Amino acid sequence: MSAEYIISQLINGLRLGSVYAIVAVGYSIVYGILRLINFAHGDIMTIGVYIMLLFMTSTGMPLWSVIVVSVLVSVIVGVLIERFAYRPLRSAGEEATLISSLAVSTLLQNLLQMIFSPQKKAFYLPDFFTQQHQFGIVKLSTMNILTFAAVIIMVIALTLVVQKTKIGTAMRACSENLDASRLMGIKPNQVIVFAFAVGSGLAALAGLMLAGEYKTIDPLMGFVPGLKAFCAAVVGGIGSLYGAVAGGLVIGVAEMLFAGLMPTSVTAYRDAFVFVVLIVVLLFWPNGIFGRSEGRRS
Amino acid sequence: MMMLKVDNLVVRYGGITAVDGVSLELEEHETVALIGANGAGKTTTLHTISGLLKAAGGKIFFQDEEITKVPAENLVARGVVQVPEGRQVFAKLTVEENLRLGAYLQKNKQVIRANHEKVMTLFPILQERRRQAAGTLSGGEQQMLAIGRALMSNPKLLLLDEPSMGLSPLMTQQVFDVLLELKKQGMTILLVEQNAYEALTISDRAYIMETGNITLEGRSSELIHDPRVKDAYLGGDL
Repeated sequence: MSAEYIISQLINGLRLGSVYAIVAVGYSIVYGILRLINFAHGDIMTIGVYIMLLFMTSTGMPLWSVIVVSVLVSVIVGVLIERFAYRPLRSAGEEATLISSLAVSTLLQNLLQMIFSPQKKAFYLPDFFTQQHQFGIVKLSTMNILTFAAVIIMVIALTLVVQKTKIGTAMRACSENLDASRLMGIKPNQVIVFAFAVGSGLAALAGLMLAGEYKTIDPLMGFVPGLKAFCAAVVGGIGSLYGAVAGGLVIGVAEMLFAGLMPTSVTAYRDAFVFVVLIVVLLFWPNGIFGRSEGRRS
Repeated sequence: MMMLKVDNLVVRYGGITAVDGVSLELEEHETVALIGANGAGKTTTLHTISGLLKAAGGKIFFQDEEITKVPAENLVARGVVQVPEGRQVFAKLTVEENLRLGAYLQKNKQVIRANHEKVMTLFPILQERRRQAAGTLSGGEQQMLAIGRALMSNPKLLLLDEPSMGLSPLMTQQVFDVLLELKKQGMTILLVEQNAYEALTISDRAYIMETGNITLEGRSSELIHDPRVKDAYLGGDL
């Protein structure tokens, strides 16, 4: 096993981890405000990808505008899910919305299977994205570079929004104390819609990265990466932006090193391994690496 | 002008009736205390007025407009502002950010600046601490911040829930001095307190609450000498 091989697995891990990070941020900001684990979040990724495929194959629209449309549709779907599947249940407690999110996830998967068939479909991006670049001993595709750039831009942009804007301050206030926020005149629903919109848009982008890498898509493709991204959010400390990113990278690297370095007889268990990582991390850091220990009063 | 009128308010938690037919009134510029033991329903009454809780019966009017069903986030714009029990400042946000959130709905920058200045004059300590996370402040400073934050929204009616809770006697005195100053400036205040003596000292009128009902009401200067109040809330003969 050469050093080059290990490095390339590390890079692969960081790339996969970046995708998890982008999805995990969506879990984390919604959880931060609502204490809801939105299990349908991974399926938003799938929706984004199918919208892209639909527009790429049936229209001559340039790729960038297809991506914009896909992000917008995902944002709308995410916001509608919140409005009709979670908001009416909010007063019924966190368990009710959690179960509702599982139901929405199943519903979305089955809808996609009915509309687009359960078969895998080919998903090809223009050569520009798959082109390989050599950096010393490291080989990266344009897509890889864009993925890394996306995570960095996301972290900077979200930090600015959360720290400097009014809606960002309102988000931090709501995640700390919902009732006190209402007493300031903050409308929690506006903040919640904003959180779902940001998370869903990011999920669509993550879907593009995942599909571009695997070159095939299917209606269930978002669910397991979604669960792993959820693990990433928990590993990092759910509710924390930087935690979600760190957790995503940790999970991605751990998964790829496991898949690349273990004997082939056990690599089929890479999904299970991710959950083992989650359990081990929680044994030592019950609140995740960046997690806060105190609860919220509301 | 009648500022607040609560008419036969009933509030329930599940099957338990926490507030059972409470009526009270506040004139403009009046400071009124709502006094009672733990669990009497004072905070529940306050939360229902400020719109955090829903009434099961009865009506609430603010400046002659019914606000019974108006949720908290929409009442702030009208000028009904609550300083919640236990301060509830945003611990991870800075003092400055907490104050800015108090002015969340205020769009006029000049008004924000004027209110900011007013708050800083009232609480010079907040000026010193403005870049610190609110969670690092002492209990008394947090109470100052909670009141300052409420003043940033230009309240017409200030609802205060146990402002002296958990504070040292010295800090309690400081908080009540500030309330007295606000009262002098003409603020209308509804004050919920367990510290009956202090509350009766600074208020014009008071209501005594017991297990969900108002059992006694009157001028604070008279209630403070009332034997029933003395025995129950002022620790007998002082």
